[in-house]
Amino acid sequence: MEEKLIKDYSSPGRKGYSLPPLEVEKSNLAENLADYLREDLELPEVSEVDVVRHYTALSEMNYGVDSGIYPLGSCTMKYNPKRNERVARTSGLTNIHPYQPVEQLQGSLELLYQLKLDLAEISAMDEITLQPASGAHGEFTSLLIVKKYFADREEERTKVIVPDSAHGTNPASAAMAGFDVVEIASNERGMVDLDALAEALDEKTAALMLTNPNTLGIFEEDILKITEMVHEVGGLVYYDGANMNAIMGYAKPGLMDFDLMHFNLHKTFSTPHGGGGPGSGPVGVKDFLAPYLPKPLLKKDEEKYYWDYQRPKSIGKVHSFYGNYGVMLRAWSYIKTVGGSGLKETTENAVLNANYLKAKLKNDFELPYAEDSLHEFVLSGSRQKEEGASTLNIAKRLLDYDQYAPTIYFPLVVKEAMMIEPTETENIGTLDHFVETMLTISREIKENPEIVKNAPHSTIVRKLNETEAARNPDLHW
Amino acid sequence: MDYISNTAAEKNKMLKEIGIKEVKDLFQMIPEAVAADDELKIKAGISEMELMRKAQAQAAKNKSLDQQISFLGAGAYDHYVPGIIDALISRSEFYTAYTPYQAELSQGTLEAIYEYQSMICDLTGMGIANASMLDGGSAAAEAVTMAARITRKARVILPDTINPAYREVIKTYGSGVDLDFIDLESENQIINPALIEEKIDNQTAVVVLQYPNFYGSIEKMESISKIVKNNKKTLLLIIANPILLGLLKAPADFGADIVVGEAQSLGSGLNYGGPNLGFMACRDDRKMLRQLPGRIVGKTTDVEGKEGFVLTLQTREQHIRREKATSNICTNEALNALMATIYLSTMGKEGLKEVGEQSYHKAHYLAAKLDQLAGYQVLNKENFFNEFVLKSEKDSTELINELMKADIIAGYDLKELGSEGILVCVTEKRTKTEMDKLVEKLEVL
Repeated sequence: MEEKLIKDYSSPGRKGYSLPPLEVEKSNLAENLADYLREDLELPEVSEVDVVRHYTALSEMNYGVDSGIYPLGSCTMKYNPKRNERVARTSGLTNIHPYQPVEQLQGSLELLYQLKLDLAEISAMDEITLQPASGAHGEFTSLLIVKKYFADREEERTKVIVPDSAHGTNPASAAMAGFDVVEIASNERGMVDLDALAEALDEKTAALMLTNPNTLGIFEEDILKITEMVHEVGGLVYYDGANMNAIMGYAKPGLMDFDLMHFNLHKTFSTPHGGGGPGSGPVGVKDFLAPYLPKPLLKKDEEKYYWDYQRPKSIGKVHSFYGNYGVMLRAWSYIKTVGGSGLKETTENAVLNANYLKAKLKNDFELPYAEDSLHEFVLSGSRQKEEGASTLNIAKRLLDYDQYAPTIYFPLVVKEAMMIEPTETENIGTLDHFVETMLTISREIKENPEIVKNAPHSTIVRKLNETEAARNPDLHW
Repeated sequence: MDYISNTAAEKNKMLKEIGIKEVKDLFQMIPEAVAADDELKIKAGISEMELMRKAQAQAAKNKSLDQQISFLGAGAYDHYVPGIIDALISRSEFYTAYTPYQAELSQGTLEAIYEYQSMICDLTGMGIANASMLDGGSAAAEAVTMAARITRKARVILPDTINPAYREVIKTYGSGVDLDFIDLESENQIINPALIEEKIDNQTAVVVLQYPNFYGSIEKMESISKIVKNNKKTLLLIIANPILLGLLKAPADFGADIVVGEAQSLGSGLNYGGPNLGFMACRDDRKMLRQLPGRIVGKTTDVEGKEGFVLTLQTREQHIRREKATSNICTNEALNALMATIYLSTMGKEGLKEVGEQSYHKAHYLAAKLDQLAGYQVLNKENFFNEFVLKSEKDSTELINELMKADIIAGYDLKELGSEGILVCVTEKRTKTEMDKLVEKLEVL
C-alpha cells in the first residue's frame, strides 16, 4: 500500500500524548476491580509527529469537493463554505452538554428554532424535528410516524409503495418500520405510471414514498393527481427530500400535498459529507402528524425555548440526544449567508448547470429520457458498452483525469446509468472541462477501448479486486 | 453572499447552448398549481462578518462549559480533545469527500476506516467491526434488531440500568419490527443476575447489558454472561464505554456476541450531543457478519498486486438489497470515526489507560469526600468507574439549582427519570480544585 498503517509506525514506549500529573491520591483500583483489569490492549505507540505525517499522507490520497468537481447524482456535492466551519467551532456554541438546563442554552435553542422555521418555510410543512441524524434516519422516523398514525386510528395498513426509480434507502426504511414494500414501475417518460399506482393502491396502503423531481431529475407533472390518488384510499404521501436543491423557491412539498418529508442538511444546505457523515435528516410534517414526531420537540413559550417531552403520541426517540447539532450549526450559517433569494438563485444555478451539461453531452451519450430535467440527469453508457467499454470503465477513466465520477448503475431503471449532478457551485469552466473529458473518453473508446477498459492507470491504486475482498474478508489488522 | 460563480454573461452563454431564453424556462415543467408564487420568507443573505457577529451573539446567550464547572455525564462525556484532531480532520480532502464509492480516489478515507475498524476490534476484543453507526443509542437499537434477525426470536431483556435514552431508542426501533421487551428492575442501580436467570427463556433473542451501566457501576458481568451462555441461542449484547476499555477487560472476555457503544468521548467533544459516534462490533462469524448493518471496509489488492482498500460485503446494504437489506443506514459518522482513530493513535495504549485511570481515581476521590459529608451518601462506593450516584436527604433539584449559582453543575438530576439522587461524573479534565469546590459548597448548603 502507498502509506503504511499507523500501527506500523509503532515503537514500544513511544508517546504522542501528555496529561497533567494526577493531583489526587490513587484509590484502590487494583483491589476494587482486580477481576476486571486488562492487559491485552494493543493500540499504536506513536509520536504526535507520526500521527500528523500519517494522516496528512492519507488525506493526500483522497479527493473531496475542494479538490474538484464531484458530480455524484442524488448526493448534491456542493461547495462546503469555510465560514460555516468557523461557526461550528465557536466554543460558546459547541462546548455545551446535552443535559444542561435550557435556561443556560437559549442562544443555541433560538438558533435551532430559526433553522426549524426556515425549513418549514422552504417546504411548506408545519412542524419540524431536527432529531434524525441522516437522510435514511429521517425516512425511518417518517415511516414510524406513518405507522403510529394508523395504529392510533386503528387502521391496519401494511403496505408502502415505492417507485422503481427510488433510492435504495426508501424500501429499506419501509422494511425496518415493518411495512411490506410494493414496487411500481415508472412509465416510458420516467414518471410514476398512474395506472400502476392505481393498481397498487388499496385500503392496505399506508404510504407512497416519492422523490420529486425523481432520481432522473424529472418533475412529476401529475404530482397533484398522485397525492390525491393516495389520499383517496386513505394513505399518506412521503417526500424524500434528497432533491430539494432542484426546487427551492420554485415549488414546495407541502403545496404538492405531501404529508411528511425529510431534508438532507448535508446535501441541500451545504454541510460537508465528511467522507460518509455526519449528516442530518430533519423531518417535516403537516399539523395532523405533529403529535407523532420524536420526543423531545423544540418549542417556544412566552419566556423561553425548551424541549417538550410531554408527547404521549410520539413515536419515541430515534437518537440519544437531539440529533447532529454540529451539522445544524453549519446549515443555519448557510441559510443566513445565502438568504431567501439566494436559495432560489442556488436552485436556478443548480438546474442551469445540469441542463448545460446535458445539452453538451446528449449527442455523444444516450439520453434515455428526453423529458426536461432539473438539477440532475441520467445518461446511459449503452452505446459505449457496445463499443467495448462499460459505464464502470468510463467512471474509472474519469479518475485518471482527476475528476470524480457520477453515480453509476443508478437509478436501476436505466441500463449502464450515469447520474450526473454538478450542483450550483461549479462554474462554466469546470463544467466545460468535465464535458471535454467525457468526450475524450468517448473518443478513446472508439479508438483504443483497452485504455478505458483497464482504467484507472494514474491513481494511487489501480482497479481493486472487490470479489476477493468479499470472498476472503480482511477487515482489520 | 451566495456561492454561485457563473457571471451573467456566462449564464447567457449557457442558456444559449441549452436553447432557451431565460432561467425560468427551465422550470416550466412544474405545474402552476404547485409552483411557489411568493418569494421565500427568509431574510436576505449576509456577509461573513455579519454571520460571525450573529453566531457570537447566539453564543453570548448561552452559558457554556467554558464558564462553569461541570460534573455532567449520563451518556455525553467531557474528556479532553487533543488539538491534533481538529488540525487533521480540517484537511478538506477528508471532510469534503463523499462516502468512498470510487475507491481509487478515496484510499485515505478507506485506510483510515480500516484502522478505525482494527482499533474498535482491539478495544472490544471482537473479530469484526463496522465503519460506524449514527450514535450510541441507534447502534444499540440496530444491534438489538440484528440479534432478533440472527436468532429469529423477538424477546429482548432490557435492564433499567441501561442508559434511559438508549432504552427509548431501542424501543422505538423495536416498534418497527414488533419486538417484545422484558424490562428488568435493578436494586441499588445494579442488576441481580438471578433476575435474568428467571426471565430468560427459549424465546429470548438477546440480553442487553451496559458496561459500566448508566449509573457508572460495573454489573456482575461474569455471572450474567454464564446465564446467557447457558441459554443456548440467546445472544449477549454489551454496550461499552470505550474509555473504560483502555483500563478494564474487553467485552469479548465476558462472551459478548455483539458490542456497541458511544465513542463521542474519543475525540469528538460535546457539541450538545451530536454529531456523536456509534460503534458496532461482533464475533468473527459469517452468520453474524451477514446480518451486520452499515459500511465495512476490507483490504484487497489491485490489478498490479498492490494492497488497497474497498467498501466490501455490500450485498448486505440498502443500495443493493433494498427492502431486504440489513439496515437502511447510508450516511454514517465517518468523520467522527476518523476523529476516534486519530484520538486512539495519539493516546496509544498507555494514554488511553491513563485517561481511564485518572478519571477513575478522580471520581473515587470526589465520591469519598462527598460520602463523608453529613447527610450525603454515595451508592456502590467501590464498584464504579467514573460516574456515581449521590443521594441526599435534600431535594436533588434544589441542590443542583443552588450549586449552579456558584457556577457548578453538580450532575444529572435523576428526578428526570422518576428516581432520586444526582448522577455525578468526573473525567480527567476535572481538577482537584474544582472537585474541592463542589465539596465545599455542598458542605455549607
